Amino acid sequence: MGFFSGFFIRASAGEYGIYTLVAIHATYVELIAMCLVTNLRYMLMSAALSQKLAPATSRLHRLLMACCITDEIFGISINHKGCTPPAYTYSAALISTLFWAGGCATGIVAGGMLPTSIVAALSVALYGMFLAIIVPPARRDRNVLYALIASFLLSGICAVAPLVSQWSSGTRTILLTLLISSVVAWLRPLKNRESNGTE
Amino acid sequence: MEQNSPILYILLAILVTNLIRVLPMLLIKGPIRNTFLRSFLYYVPYVTLAVMTFPAIIETTLTPLAGVVALVVGLIAAWFGLGLFPVAIICCVIVYLIDTLLPML
Repeated sequence: MGFFSGFFIRASAGEYGIYTLVAIHATYVELIAMCLVTNLRYMLMSAALSQKLAPATSRLHRLLMACCITDEIFGISINHKGCTPPAYTYSAALISTLFWAGGCATGIVAGGMLPTSIVAALSVALYGMFLAIIVPPARRDRNVLYALIASFLLSGICAVAPLVSQWSSGTRTILLTLLISSVVAWLRPLKNRESNGTE
Repeated sequence: MEQNSPILYILLAILVTNLIRVLPMLLIKGPIRNTFLRSFLYYVPYVTLAVMTFPAIIETTLTPLAGVVALVVGLIAAWFGLGLFPVAIICCVIVYLIDTLLPML
């Protein structure tokens, strides 16, 4: 069951939230609401990725690639030079999903066999990967650099600010993304001579 | 209220999470022409990953110092274009070393 669930949901933080709701026998409506909020950022990611696909990409491929979107898969897919081919996303998704689902099942069985220091060290791998994705473009494009600085600052502030810190990280993520991306896009729009698929 | 089966919950969760991801692909059929929207979607990946990274990286590690050092070194490593895998490994090693060695001091 753990394998099946991990295989098809693949939402990490959101998935944990779901399980806690199931544990307390929440209503279906609450479950749906929780799913929506924690996964809203995937909607933005999907929209962003849609622009990264070759115009010829079929509808079916687009939908399947969208289903593959997780933080990590999105990270590497959007980082692909030029247009992202479906096979790239699928292969990454397949391997990571198998591990994800396996880890989910193993976690249920073993209940945490690894020492916490190892787990903490490995969890940083995700953030290291994110850094490797977002920093190089900031070197090329000054505007991305400004966006990153603003993102770090505001994210840090929101984590400790009086009211905002009470909200879930998923909520903060999507609100900050909407806010900062809009402002930067408004102040520093892309030049019209840029064509799709190139950076 | 009768017991709700976990299977139904899971199926529902699967449906909703995948639907959310798929929706934009259904609505957005090709390259977007509007400059603001194009710009917005251009910045979204960087902003969203950045927001997710900080301050989470500091909260995930056993000691805050490990997170901070990993962040700084990670930023530098990424700036010099070391690549996804090397940067990730460097961060892991740093965190493990600091988390394990610091309590011993």
